[in-house]
Amino acid sequence: MIRVQNLVKSFGSFTAVNDISFEVAEGEIFAFLGPNGAGKTTTIKMLTTLLHPTSGSIRLDGLDPRTHQNEVRKRFGIVFQDPSLDGDLTAWENMEVHGVLYHVPRKVGRARSEELLKLFELWDRRNEQVKKFSGGMKRRLEIARGFLHTPKILFLDEPTLGLDPQSRNQLWSHVKRVNEAERVTVFLTTHYMDEADRVAHRIGVIDHGKLVAQGTPQAIKDQTGTANLEDAFLALTGSTIRDESANSTDQMRQFAKMWSGGRR
Amino acid sequence: MSAIYILWLRELKRYVRSRSQVVASLGQPMLYLLVLGFGLGPVFQRAGNGSYLQFVGPGVIGMTVLFSSIFSGLGLLWDRQFGFLKETLVAPVSRLQIMIGRTLGGATVAVIQGLLVTAICFLAGFRTQHLVAVPMAIGFMVAIALVFAALGVAIGSSLQDMQGFQLIMNFLVMPIYFLSGALFPLTGLPKLLAFVTRLDPLSYGIDGMRSVLLGRSAFNPLIDVSVLAAVGSVLLVVGAYRFSKIEI
Repeated sequence: MIRVQNLVKSFGSFTAVNDISFEVAEGEIFAFLGPNGAGKTTTIKMLTTLLHPTSGSIRLDGLDPRTHQNEVRKRFGIVFQDPSLDGDLTAWENMEVHGVLYHVPRKVGRARSEELLKLFELWDRRNEQVKKFSGGMKRRLEIARGFLHTPKILFLDEPTLGLDPQSRNQLWSHVKRVNEAERVTVFLTTHYMDEADRVAHRIGVIDHGKLVAQGTPQAIKDQTGTANLEDAFLALTGSTIRDESANSTDQMRQFAKMWSGGRR
Repeated sequence: MSAIYILWLRELKRYVRSRSQVVASLGQPMLYLLVLGFGLGPVFQRAGNGSYLQFVGPGVIGMTVLFSSIFSGLGLLWDRQFGFLKETLVAPVSRLQIMIGRTLGGATVAVIQGLLVTAICFLAGFRTQHLVAVPMAIGFMVAIALVFAALGVAIGSSLQDMQGFQLIMNFLVMPIYFLSGALFPLTGLPKLLAFVTRLDPLSYGIDGMRSVLLGRSAFNPLIDVSVLAAVGSVLLVVGAYRFSKIEI
């Protein structure tokens, strides 16, 4: 379903993704793991047509995201790592816009929105503006929205960041459900190794833009001779802490926070 | 089609919901209209140009539409920072439709703002030759709004963050405003200034409004219409192209 060969992305002299190759089969749940700044999000952006690769090839369902942008976009759904909701619209309107953009028939869209908002416990507050939501609620809405249409491939970029255990549990059982019932291929990233161990069929570990290991969770544990995935991960990527430098978006957000904080 | 509609609707909803912004954005035109309108009135009258309030009315309406439409285009930067842009960019909808939806939405909001200021002008004592002139003036407002909403999208697609915003404001938006003849007649100007004002698309929009509302103009109204149509089409194409090239 996803085939990546010798993929490279450089920004100036910095190579974020350095010659990685992997495949994800149809109906598989693939976890893409790596420390901060390892190149996970850059890879997802290339897979989802938001960035053009420097070199190498990508095939999603046999199509090249560079040349068949719209065709590819019809095939996937994505939950981004950072927020992508419209704060001025209500939860319901955010779902509505998404439904229209993804050509979900109106009736189906309404029914599914209701079901999903109830599942993620946002139904009672569907008519409130999203900017009034807490971080966890926004996250849940973002996830609910990602499930509104039924894609062939679902990208989840650190979907559980900032979620409580209840919502996390809800999310993963839903992911498993759509994976089993509708054969949706799932490509996810997370920092919680136990989650990856629990849901993923196969795992790829990326560090400094290079794919350092891939295989089933068991194979990776065996390969590193460790008892759990967390230890295997540390064995593969070392224990130094990585820092991502704040980009302009983060700076902007901080600025906006300062402002809205001052107004209240 | 439905994608264009929903994005247009979104711009309108955002506008209606930011009431404080609506009020704030009316402050500046009112300052120009009332303070300059009455303050420069006597001098203008003595120079034999008639009522300055009458003269500056279309200028202030044009300014409102300019600011509002160009900022709606730059709102793209805001959406980029807060992520909603990504949601639209990965959707299976052509970028052209997204761009058109946004531009039409921004232009609609700008025209609404222009109408509010028109109402304020009438309250302040502005009068037209005939009332039929008003729909024609609205036509010019729509043209100005489309031209600058498209310019806003073209710029918004090319900038990475809000840092460039001040630059655009000081070196593009303000000059467009001041050089448009919104505040002074375009006739009998020094050669260089006269030349520069003719390069400014807003000059033709405001001149067009003046010619229909007041029956006084520096250019032929047909020229006004054709320049706005030509510049508008070019900017829409450029805006759509720049928008299609956005990478996040």
